[in-house]
Amino acid sequence: MLIPHPLLGPRDAQEFTYLGDASLLDRPDGMADTAPEAFAEYVYLRDNPAGVHRELWFHEQGDRSWLIVTRNTVTHEILGAELARDVALAAIGGAQ
Amino acid sequence: MTRLSGGLIDRGTTLNFTFDGRAMTGHPGDTLASALLANDVRLIGRSFKYHRPRGLVAAGSEEPNGMVELRSGARREPNTRATMAELFDGLSADSQNRMGSLGFDLLAVNDLMSPFFAAGFYYKTFMWPRAFWEKLYEPMIRRAAGLGSLSMLPDPDSYDKGFLHCDLLVIGGGAAGLAAALTAARAGARVILADEDFRLGGRLLAESHTLDDAPATDWIAQAEAEFASLPNLRVMRRTTVFGAFDHGIYGAVERVGDHLVTPGKGVRQTLWRITAKRTVLAAGATERHIPFANNDRPGVMLAGAMRAYANRWAVSPAQTVAIFTNGDDGHRTALDLAAKGVSIAGVIDTRADARAQGDYPLFAGAVVSDTKGRLGLKRIAVTREGQTQWIEAGALGVAGGWNPNVHLASHHRGRPVWNDDLLAFLPEPGAVPGMVVAGAANGQGSTHGALHSGAQTALAALAELGITAPAPDLPRAEDAPVTQAAFWHVPGKGRAWVDFQNDVTVKDIKLAHQENMRPVEHLKRWTTLGMATDQGKTANVTALAVMAELSGQSIPATGTTIFRPPYTGVSLSVLGGGDTGPNFRPRRLTPTHEWAASQGAVFVEVGQWMRAQYFPRKGETHWRETVDREVLATRAGVGLCDVTTLGKVDVQGADAGEFLNRIYANAMGSLKVGMVRYGLMLREDGHAYDDGTCARLAEDHYVVTTTTAQAGPVYRHMEFARQCLWPDLDVQLISTTDAWAQISVAGPNARKLLERVVDGFDLSNAAFPFMACSELTVCKGLRARLFRISFSGELAYEIAVPARYGNALMARMIELGADLGATPYGTEALGVLRIEKGHAAGNELNGQTTAQMLGMGRMVSTKKDSIGAVMSRREGLTAETRVLVGLQPVDPGARVAAGMHLFAQGAAQNTQSDQGWITSACYSPHVGSMIGLGFLADGAARIGEVITGANPLEGQSTALRVVSPHFVDPEGGRLRD
Amino acid sequence: MRFSGFRVVKEALTGHHGWKPLWRNPAPQPAYDYVIVGGGGHGLATAYHLAKVFKGTRIAVLEKGWLGSGNIGRNTTIIRSNYLLPGNEPFYEFSMKLWETMEQEFNFNAMVSQRGIVNLIHTDAQRDAYRRRGNAMLLAGADAELLDRDGVRAMYPWLNFDNARFPIKGGLLQRRAGTARHDGVAWGYARGADLLGVDIIQNCEVTGFRIENNRVIGVETSRGYIGAKKVGVAVAGSSGRVMAMAGMRLPIESHVLQAFVSEGLKPVVDGVITFGAGHFYVSQSDKGGLVFGGDIDGYNSYAQRGNLPVIEDVAEGGMALMPAIGRARLLRAWGGIMDMSMDGSPIIDRTPVDGLYLNAGWCYGGFKATPASGYAFAHLLATDRPHETATAYRLDRFARGYVIDEKGMGAQPNLH
Repeated sequence: MLIPHPLLGPRDAQEFTYLGDASLLDRPDGMADTAPEAFAEYVYLRDNPAGVHRELWFHEQGDRSWLIVTRNTVTHEILGAELARDVALAAIGGAQ
Repeated sequence: MTRLSGGLIDRGTTLNFTFDGRAMTGHPGDTLASALLANDVRLIGRSFKYHRPRGLVAAGSEEPNGMVELRSGARREPNTRATMAELFDGLSADSQNRMGSLGFDLLAVNDLMSPFFAAGFYYKTFMWPRAFWEKLYEPMIRRAAGLGSLSMLPDPDSYDKGFLHCDLLVIGGGAAGLAAALTAARAGARVILADEDFRLGGRLLAESHTLDDAPATDWIAQAEAEFASLPNLRVMRRTTVFGAFDHGIYGAVERVGDHLVTPGKGVRQTLWRITAKRTVLAAGATERHIPFANNDRPGVMLAGAMRAYANRWAVSPAQTVAIFTNGDDGHRTALDLAAKGVSIAGVIDTRADARAQGDYPLFAGAVVSDTKGRLGLKRIAVTREGQTQWIEAGALGVAGGWNPNVHLASHHRGRPVWNDDLLAFLPEPGAVPGMVVAGAANGQGSTHGALHSGAQTALAALAELGITAPAPDLPRAEDAPVTQAAFWHVPGKGRAWVDFQNDVTVKDIKLAHQENMRPVEHLKRWTTLGMATDQGKTANVTALAVMAELSGQSIPATGTTIFRPPYTGVSLSVLGGGDTGPNFRPRRLTPTHEWAASQGAVFVEVGQWMRAQYFPRKGETHWRETVDREVLATRAGVGLCDVTTLGKVDVQGADAGEFLNRIYANAMGSLKVGMVRYGLMLREDGHAYDDGTCARLAEDHYVVTTTTAQAGPVYRHMEFARQCLWPDLDVQLISTTDAWAQISVAGPNARKLLERVVDGFDLSNAAFPFMACSELTVCKGLRARLFRISFSGELAYEIAVPARYGNALMARMIELGADLGATPYGTEALGVLRIEKGHAAGNELNGQTTAQMLGMGRMVSTKKDSIGAVMSRREGLTAETRVLVGLQPVDPGARVAAGMHLFAQGAAQNTQSDQGWITSACYSPHVGSMIGLGFLADGAARIGEVITGANPLEGQSTALRVVSPHFVDPEGGRLRD
Repeated sequence: MRFSGFRVVKEALTGHHGWKPLWRNPAPQPAYDYVIVGGGGHGLATAYHLAKVFKGTRIAVLEKGWLGSGNIGRNTTIIRSNYLLPGNEPFYEFSMKLWETMEQEFNFNAMVSQRGIVNLIHTDAQRDAYRRRGNAMLLAGADAELLDRDGVRAMYPWLNFDNARFPIKGGLLQRRAGTARHDGVAWGYARGADLLGVDIIQNCEVTGFRIENNRVIGVETSRGYIGAKKVGVAVAGSSGRVMAMAGMRLPIESHVLQAFVSEGLKPVVDGVITFGAGHFYVSQSDKGGLVFGGDIDGYNSYAQRGNLPVIEDVAEGGMALMPAIGRARLLRAWGGIMDMSMDGSPIIDRTPVDGLYLNAGWCYGGFKATPASGYAFAHLLATDRPHETATAYRLDRFARGYVIDEKGMGAQPNLH
């Protein structure tokens, strides 16, 4: 597979390490009263879609950036890739 | 058999080869198959199940029968298709899958037993008595099965791997592929043209057709000349594109040296990963058979193959041949062979309205219904309107129509689409993104059609890349339409083979139908159809047609045929490439490796690292003797150990402290500058992840260490936290594991030794207490970092210098510390020292344990949110009572082994009463017996109790006393001195 | 019809006219007591045991394609019970005991072949871990032997002992482990279930659950609505998709695992060999093909196909361990969709929806579990209580912290 790195262009997927669903960005507040339930869901439950999936890849043999790659799990077609940090920052901005 | 006229062989040169030890000759340009035919060899092998005598069926990579063991000794290559083995001088080949000689195979008894060996028979028997399966039935089956045999000697040849990139990959160098490559290369696109053959041209080489009224080879030669002048085109002969993977990546094997006696210093094969923006699949088509009774005799072959042997290789399998066809294509074979002087016994055409196209006997509306000739065809039965006559023929060419080679187009699980006009499956358009199909592979099988579709698909593919190209001027060529009747098999009583190699007959398909094994995949699995080395290239569609007939459905309604990689077999050697033996994984050497090697160290694999395991001295006869000495020397004087492999992460930024607060279970933000703290990381699921030290060198600068095994994962995890969880924190990370050489200096003399290398740095206990850290210089100006931390329980430091000085620093300290007893120690002594001190390491931090089990439950701060904190408080983790304890044998001479399970004394030993296990064990020279660390239920409350360490695996049961895990200096006085 | 050697001979002599369909092609009934979703190994074994052991009646297995089309027909056929943890080992040993008797019980030769499995040891830490595991196996009533280097060499002298990056230091041997003919297992259970009256309905895709008052009352299918008192879902890699129709998210990701077979070869590998320092395991089928595999590709996938890097990685491992197989050729590669769970262990449990039961999360180890999985799932469906060897396979173990993590990898499915 080829991962379209937003800064470096298409890179062989072998340069990357895969983590999983990009929902891992949405870490719950550990000090909240609902933390036990929220974390159980965050850590263990997945949508696991057959189709478009936003997922985390780490450019371990490259620039060490975490990417969010949007990929179809049925066809393996990649629809885009973003820097996870940008997405995470935007989420914080949106919350403020 | 003498050679026919013409052909693309170099008659001026003679090549010597042997088959089953018989000396024979051939010419450059021959394959082993054509050379065998030229030497009158028709019997080449034995079938898989019935051990029927078999000869060549095809002339290309689809060959199901003609397989040999090529070469000998360690280079023996089983199941090699004679049709794909390019002849070279000195080639040796042997027939395979026989017991006895090829002509008299003892296992041919299976053929007599064939009624008992019908499809699926083994599922129905061999069940009684139960123990007989492994002992009797299965060994018999295994011995009879298999095809060729491996030498079981290591492959002596070299292999390589590489990457290639192109705009357009053209797969197949026949008419369509050549036209596509020419078109694209002339337009300046970066083109790769790959063909499995050693000669470009594909079917053009096998036919007598002309291009612009000249032999096709003239046009091919022109094209090749032009190719040579185009730097943007790479022609790859002897290269099989075997798989279509994601995002335009194709796997290909180039047989670089397979046509040589040995590859010499070169590689035998190269694995290419070709990344193509677009691909033209021009893989041609494979002719299919028409099953009839006893259609598997040597001499019965595909008519197109017969034509190829005559036109390209100037051989005929016999002086007198017959043709069995359901279309015009068979007549072409008759004409071509007749033109070469081969006598045509007759063309048997299933069509009642068929007409002879030359001077040969025609049997219209007739079929071949049987054959004779045990080791080679002698005569055939021709049946017309119920009347049968026998005709003498040494060979029979069968023309059942052509199946487009859709394989690569279905590697993304695309479903080929049935075409009623062509009576064939065509590739599903768009099934592989970026791939278009041209020529016979797409049903455009006339020479004209192939040339033009090749050019057109290339133009269309280039247009998608924004490259415009003029349509090439293509030569005039035949454009005969496909004229063929749907005729799939000859009904009758005898066995009619569909899959030659695996011995699947029409009867087997009928039986599968009768037993409701009707879905195509059930059919294949029940009968083993299409599972042979040829992947059913000549069989699958015919089998579908037979099943369709039986079930009264159309062929497409019955199913389709898809293919998986690889297109043809790929040697495991080339897939493995050169990365085998000692090169299987990279070898990471520590900065002091050279010095350690010079001291005679024994090294051990620790992940990718090679670490010094121990340093034997003259006179030491056992590793334990050496390790005991290293341990005692460290505890008595000073020991030095390279600990560079522990991971190091530099953490900088205004929010570094806050960041580490969230990474570690315990607080790090409150750590004073110049101090170090032990840190425990949890995974988000609350289990212990990794431990190490965290040193604060400045307000905004920490250095974190990890275990050796987790150096990579922990860094990745920290980057995840930084980039994905808390991008708003001002913090930067970099792994410095390889940048700093780190040496542990441990023992009562550690301070004295270090005082001799530091540049005026005050090492006194007051100035540099336990858990202090500092940047400093050593050895007159070399920058360094010093940490007063201890893994051994002794007064100890770790000193870090830029990696390239590690070797020198080690040598220097050993030299300077000679009078202090400075002793290098390896990973074995390191392990003993830490077990004696009760420090957790990999065996305790195995990903299944918790902070509580490690006795560190209180380290998990409840005042802050850190990774894993919430989940560490789940019921299942807090209810866990097993904690780390020390274990000492009641009998000091008894063995303690990691992996023993722990039981209350006298308790039954089973899963239910299991109370824990021993994680680490060693001989402790300090204690004077073996000792262990382990997790024991309610362990904290059981100090002093005698329990049982059970090791039934090694027939051992040992009485163990539960003790504190800190065998050495439990109060920690030594490390604070 | 009873299969036997006698029957084979009789049919051979009389032209094979007497063979009957291995199973019927029944039309779906309007309603069943038990509907099993998924006609793979686990679903068929569940139906078989429901009917045979628990005397259930009115049972249907719904299969969206052809029976056995999922992972039961695309695995590397290894059976073993060499697990470590108490939540797993008794279950897999129960499975092993069922393997040892199933063929005679369902009257079909699934070619269960106990030729042994060796897990190779390359480091002292690995030996420690295998000693712990081997002891756990023995304590659970399974068999295990610890081999030293010479012990391994005696079994497989052509392994790479002398020129290896990670030298072989020994192995953990389970002699009762081995292989079985994967399709034969599916067919044996299917035929056995059919003979007991189970309706196996192929080409019948479940498209939804009908749930009233939090109780499942039936399933919508491509062949119409089918009522059911109890519905058991055993759909492996499709678990996420199917359970989403019941509104559930699962602790599961679907990943692709590739497996490989070489061209047929005369016998060289007698048992199963697992190369711990690389990613490679191998056995040799009765037909002569080397059957081998390695790691999952590592990314979520429903594609039933994988990519070249893993093929290379597996071949590298194979060549590093067995340099003498280099001249054999890879014949076929295929991919299966694995229901990779968050702790690497399965789930056999009720769900929050009454009457709806789940059997999932087998990762790439589902084949060896087939008999016990079917038995335990049938037990749960019939009695509403977990089988005694499957009590740990609860859905709520994740939230409650009772994970069964053999590899200690935590909540990352592609590492299990």
